[in-house]
Amino acid sequence: MTQLPGLLDTEAIRKDFPILDRLVHDGKKLVYLDNAATSQTPRQVLDVLSEYYEEHNANVHRGVHVLAEEATALYEGARDKVAAFINAPSRDEVIFTKNASESLNLVANMLGWADEPYRVDQDTEIVITEMEHHSNIVPWQLLSQRTGAKLKWFGLTDDGRLDLSNIDEIITEKTKIVSFVLVSNILGTVNPVEAIVRRAQEVGALVCIDASQAAPHMPLDVQALQADFVAFTGHKMCGPTGIGVLWGRQELLEDLPPFLGGGEMIETVSMHSSTFAPAPHKFEAGTPPIAQAVGLGAAIDYLNSIGMDRVLAHEHALTEYAVKRLLEVPDLRIIGPATAEDRGAAISFTLGDIHPHDVGQVLDEQGIAVRVGHHCARPVCLRYGIPATTRASFYLYSTPAEIDALVDGLEHVRNFFG
Amino acid sequence: MKLDSMYQDVILDHYKNPHGRGLRDGDAEVHHVNPTCGDEITLRVKYDGTTIKDVSYEGQGCSISQASASVLNDLLVGKELAEAQKIQETFLELMQSRGRVEPDEEMEDILEDAVAFAGVSKYPARVKCALLSWMAWKDATAQVLGGADAERKTA
Repeated sequence: MTQLPGLLDTEAIRKDFPILDRLVHDGKKLVYLDNAATSQTPRQVLDVLSEYYEEHNANVHRGVHVLAEEATALYEGARDKVAAFINAPSRDEVIFTKNASESLNLVANMLGWADEPYRVDQDTEIVITEMEHHSNIVPWQLLSQRTGAKLKWFGLTDDGRLDLSNIDEIITEKTKIVSFVLVSNILGTVNPVEAIVRRAQEVGALVCIDASQAAPHMPLDVQALQADFVAFTGHKMCGPTGIGVLWGRQELLEDLPPFLGGGEMIETVSMHSSTFAPAPHKFEAGTPPIAQAVGLGAAIDYLNSIGMDRVLAHEHALTEYAVKRLLEVPDLRIIGPATAEDRGAAISFTLGDIHPHDVGQVLDEQGIAVRVGHHCARPVCLRYGIPATTRASFYLYSTPAEIDALVDGLEHVRNFFG
Repeated sequence: MKLDSMYQDVILDHYKNPHGRGLRDGDAEVHHVNPTCGDEITLRVKYDGTTIKDVSYEGQGCSISQASASVLNDLLVGKELAEAQKIQETFLELMQSRGRVEPDEEMEDILEDAVAFAGVSKYPARVKCALLSWMAWKDATAQVLGGADAERKTA
């Protein structure tokens, strides 16, 4: 078996993930390489979810009965865990949403309805990048169309990095918000946060970071990032679906208006008007995803028990190995950085002129799960002149043997369509 | 092997050597995409009032979507409208069967090479690929007929 420095004890870790023992297609071992789409869930999280429903299920922040108090304590306890995980200065800066898309839409809508000095209008500009997931493009297009603000973006270099050569022309005195991805879900690129944040601060623009592909894979410190908002989702980091996070700086959350109205988010309501609860509740209208938040808390406990530094080292070693092995496959072209430097563990590629759908189908028949298509980042495919890619993405339980299986599988694909 | 039920030789042959590919003169043109995977097709229909004179197309996509357009060209060009519509409906029925319809002799007579796509219907993610060109043809044909109706009304 291939031994690489920095690898985790995957034999032990994989025992925590029952699904990884699944056999598919008449007895083939599952090789799950679609972790950038969603991660698998460890038994420790599954147990907490069942325990929540079996022992504590109630609505939160209301009712004086014992279950309501326990459910509230668990839900708010999860907020504490998230705050500590991302080194937030205050737990009140952690807003629970249903996913990262909702988090990003929330920011766009806060700014769309805000008064000065945050107001986005026809005299202002919004900046994103060409490597964003659609969830960090479309909300800003909508905001731009509704307010008349100009939408601008950073282009990409041929090797899959952000082209910051014209940063002073892209981010200007008119820029109100710069929203960009920390780690690209399609290219794998880790972006240079500091350079972008420095320029945004120079002109007084807010910074929003999509950390969906970062939070699961590396230590995340919102204070070190110096951003104003950070968004991510639970189901890519060993948690359940239906729970996302928006972290925002406290003074901004105090100043900015709510988006969704309803229960939970108010202070008083009359038939004429309402006043609002303080953040984070101001931004959490309606019954929140309670069990899902508790599950995310358990996922964070699980990741902390391993250590995010060690998760990062494991994935870096795997990525280095995968890049090397994939480049041995004839006709394979990596879309994105072709080294492990400043790169996450999602690797997109094309294989000759075999369409990714066909690649994915033949791999699936061998039990290998990858993602094919444009990965909700169609502008990246347009940029590189390709219809789609095949993407393999790794996590803390992935092994060099699974990368070998992928490379063998690709050989089979080439023979099948050869 | 299950995979061979999807990638029948007929399909791979059409994929490698597509029939009637390339855009030619037509009475209506449509552009259809499959947003989940990025398959695209531009398709033109030439119709003389009774017969489908030509179906020309250009596009990009997986073997299933490309082979399906090639088979469509084989099957529909030269057919009278009602017969072409019958073939399209039968193909749609087969593709939406989730693998539950075993093509009988009658269906095989109607669909000819397109019967090879029966295996694809077991793969929900790929049904849209197979149907892309057929839905584009239906749309383009409706436009041709709609245009003809409009002309008649103004005449």
